[in-house]
Amino acid sequence: MVEPAFKPGMMVRVRDIPVKGHMRTPAYVRGRQGWIEGLQGTFPNPERRAYGADGLPPVPLYLVRFRQSDLWPGYDGSDSLVLDIFEHWLERAEKTHGP
Amino acid sequence: MAHDHDHSVSPHPESKDHPVRDWESREAAIRDLLIEKGVLDAGEIRRKIEEWEQKTPALGARIVARAWCDPAFEARLLADANAAAGELGIDARGVKIVALKNTPSLHHVVVCTLCSCYPRTVLGLPPAWYKSKAYRSRAVSEPRKVLAEFGTVLPEGVELRVADSTADCRYLVLPVRPAGTDSLSEEALAQLVTRDAMIGVAQASPPA
Repeated sequence: MVEPAFKPGMMVRVRDIPVKGHMRTPAYVRGRQGWIEGLQGTFPNPERRAYGADGLPPVPLYLVRFRQSDLWPGYDGSDSLVLDIFEHWLERAEKTHGP
Repeated sequence: MAHDHDHSVSPHPESKDHPVRDWESREAAIRDLLIEKGVLDAGEIRRKIEEWEQKTPALGARIVARAWCDPAFEARLLADANAAAGELGIDARGVKIVALKNTPSLHHVVVCTLCSCYPRTVLGLPPAWYKSKAYRSRAVSEPRKVLAEFGTVLPEGVELRVADSTADCRYLVLPVRPAGTDSLSEEALAQLVTRDAMIGVAQASPPA
């Protein structure tokens, strides 16, 4: 069992890794800051399984939440967006705002 | 040359009313090879297609109706949706399903921006619009406008939360139980729970 590096409530930034192919982190959140809502579990890495590897060891997968106003220019209000991001895409961010 | 014959295209009639696309040729070539090498036979492929096409949103509706009637079941659903589905005899083994609870002040809508991830074990196959590039891009960037186009206008005070199914979880929206349904049976409640309400582009239907 891989020990998850992030805990609920922690501010994180999505790494802006210039890779293409079967990646599970969409471009619109790369480089953006959000916070950990929870851990979804650990899963074999689909970004490696897509190319014939076994994807092991399993990677922690987090539910990460973003303010819509941090993602889209001109988006007002308190709407938010959640998506699942694998640990290797995340780094700690300074706490500017959050939950 | 072993493969100079025409590959069989999809057995689905709707796939044959347009010129064969590259991905269809590729799928047909892989399928023919799997059959030729004895990995699968045509019957197994047909049965699998049939099995998936026979799953309908009625499965998810039963889950939602039970959750409306039984708070303890709702709690189990929110903790482990696959196991909760199993309690109702619905086979939701496989990919992890996460239920998202709507409230009067929070509304969820589900999209898969990267492809077409969808809680197929409880809703069946996704509608065509769910897989369209327009829905996949606009549901994240201007979700209120998209919902309004589906006839769902959210008041300003309601938080809209978009869930983008990017990886190993599939999302099922647990809609708000409509007002005026206190006397309805669980079976009658299930009739109010539509596919679109469980994707989050609509609310559950009011009682007739």
